[in-house]
Amino acid sequence: MKEQRVKELALLAAKIRKEALKAIQSADSGHVGGSFSVIDILTVLYFEKMNIDVKNPKMENRDRLVLSKGHCSPAMYAVLAMRGFFPLEDLLTFRKIDSNLSGHVEMKYVPGVDMSTGSLGQGLSAAVGMALSGKIYKKDYRVFAILGDGEIQEGQIWEAAMAAGNYKLDNLTVFVDNNNLQIDGTIEEVMSPYPIEDKFRAFKWNVISIDGHDYAQISDAVDQASQTKLMPTVIVAKTVKGKGVSFMENEVKWHGHTPNAEEYALAFKELDEAIARLEV
Amino acid sequence: MGEFISTRVAYGEELCRIGADENIVVFDADLSICTMSVYFAKKYPERFINAGIAESNMIGMAAGIATTGKTVFCNSFAMFTAGRGYDQIRNSIAYPGLNVKIVGTHAGLSVGEDGATHQCIEDLSLMRTVPGMTVVCPADANETKQAVRAIAEYKGPCYLRLGRAPVENVTDSIPGYKFELGKGVMLRDGTDVTIIATGLMVQMALEAGKRLEKEGIQARVIDMHTIKPIDQDIIIKAAKETGAIVTAEEHNVIGGLGSAVLEVIGDSIPVPVSRVGIEDVFGHSGTAEELMVKYGLTVENIISKVKSTILRKRE
Repeated sequence: MKEQRVKELALLAAKIRKEALKAIQSADSGHVGGSFSVIDILTVLYFEKMNIDVKNPKMENRDRLVLSKGHCSPAMYAVLAMRGFFPLEDLLTFRKIDSNLSGHVEMKYVPGVDMSTGSLGQGLSAAVGMALSGKIYKKDYRVFAILGDGEIQEGQIWEAAMAAGNYKLDNLTVFVDNNNLQIDGTIEEVMSPYPIEDKFRAFKWNVISIDGHDYAQISDAVDQASQTKLMPTVIVAKTVKGKGVSFMENEVKWHGHTPNAEEYALAFKELDEAIARLEV
Repeated sequence: MGEFISTRVAYGEELCRIGADENIVVFDADLSICTMSVYFAKKYPERFINAGIAESNMIGMAAGIATTGKTVFCNSFAMFTAGRGYDQIRNSIAYPGLNVKIVGTHAGLSVGEDGATHQCIEDLSLMRTVPGMTVVCPADANETKQAVRAIAEYKGPCYLRLGRAPVENVTDSIPGYKFELGKGVMLRDGTDVTIIATGLMVQMALEAGKRLEKEGIQARVIDMHTIKPIDQDIIIKAAKETGAIVTAEEHNVIGGLGSAVLEVIGDSIPVPVSRVGIEDVFGHSGTAEELMVKYGLTVENIISKVKSTILRKRE
């Protein structure tokens, strides 16, 4: 990936973080930590990789994405709005009574969302179903799913992993957002899913490990996945929960905690500075 | 006597027949020779997916395929679709309103010797309380085939409850019988009481109606194949015209057909209602016939409840 494109994506991601935080601020509720850890991956997918049409969100042969960690709706909705699926102003209605932008990602009313999620562990199965449909009906779309690293404690994830390996779904690419934190602590403290790579390998997956905030690595991993035949690919992405706001980074309390006025001011200041640096 | 055939076999045959529609995809979870999805699997292997013994994932995969515009049938025992898969059905299928038909075979006590772990007596209740879910429980093979066609045509989530045991075909000999989703069918008219039954209790309700006639009691019998949306009109009409209702179902008396009828009656025209069903206890191993007797799912019990309910009407 060219340096200029990396810079453009970084600028987009910084702007998306700001929009996601504005949505959380307007709702005074929402999950900032996991949203910020996954925004760089979503940015690369929606702005660089996925075959989608914002004017025709239900295009039959579009690439699909399931955000299985559905609580990171601020990230998903901000990315979709920035991509042009709906107006950025709509983000300010997030989690409000008259809004279509519910607390967890949902497909029924939000253009660009391919699957409703929220109850953890279910999204990968839906993505496997989409990929199976692609195989059965000989469509060439690709399916992406993003899982939380705490989420993979759910048994259904491994049922789905077994099925994807069994059915050799090479049209399926899955990210594990490995920010190492969940509500009650680090994932090792709560229930260690490590070694993540070995588990997927045992289920007959192609496994790639990357830095989930490095745009070139994300891009290369997706390309490598799309060239891999007869195996689904999992990209285990090391990420930082709360990435982009210094005092939120790697702090477990920012899973679902919302900032106070002073903290919002500080967070927006940091994000604005990042945007200013990248706009030069 | 009509032919004896289980609703699961009728389902399997009809699913195979409508399977010519290339838009249909079928799942099973290692029970295809029991749910009878095997007929479809043999004829259309390219559109049949065996999920293995992993029902939660099966239901999630079904949701994913449905997002691509397909009609998906998802099969296992009632205990493992409606029971184990409840959260997946609710959040991955019903909430987004996806076009998946959840099929629960071997429902109720009549699964027999496998015992309580496999006798799902809560599925109607579980599925009925999920917003937007259509719930169907056919009485016999003829009705099952029509139900399968109807839910395949209907766009949206459905639950279809089927049984293991062979049951007598009765609906095909009723003059003017017509299957319509959400519409109960009056199989027999009467003025003293109405027996509203679903699934294999419909045959018993008809038999009870015949025997009661000999005792001078004219019982109306309604086959309530659709539990949700429940046919309010036919219930209210029965309450007005007969003044007493007995419900009969192979299900817990809590949450199923009886509860649905009581909800309608409570909201409209209060008349005495009694419920025949499993009295909030788990089942047991035994033959289907033994279990029906042990848990009071009998013609005799329906008749007894009819008589006591008619007395309450006169109080």
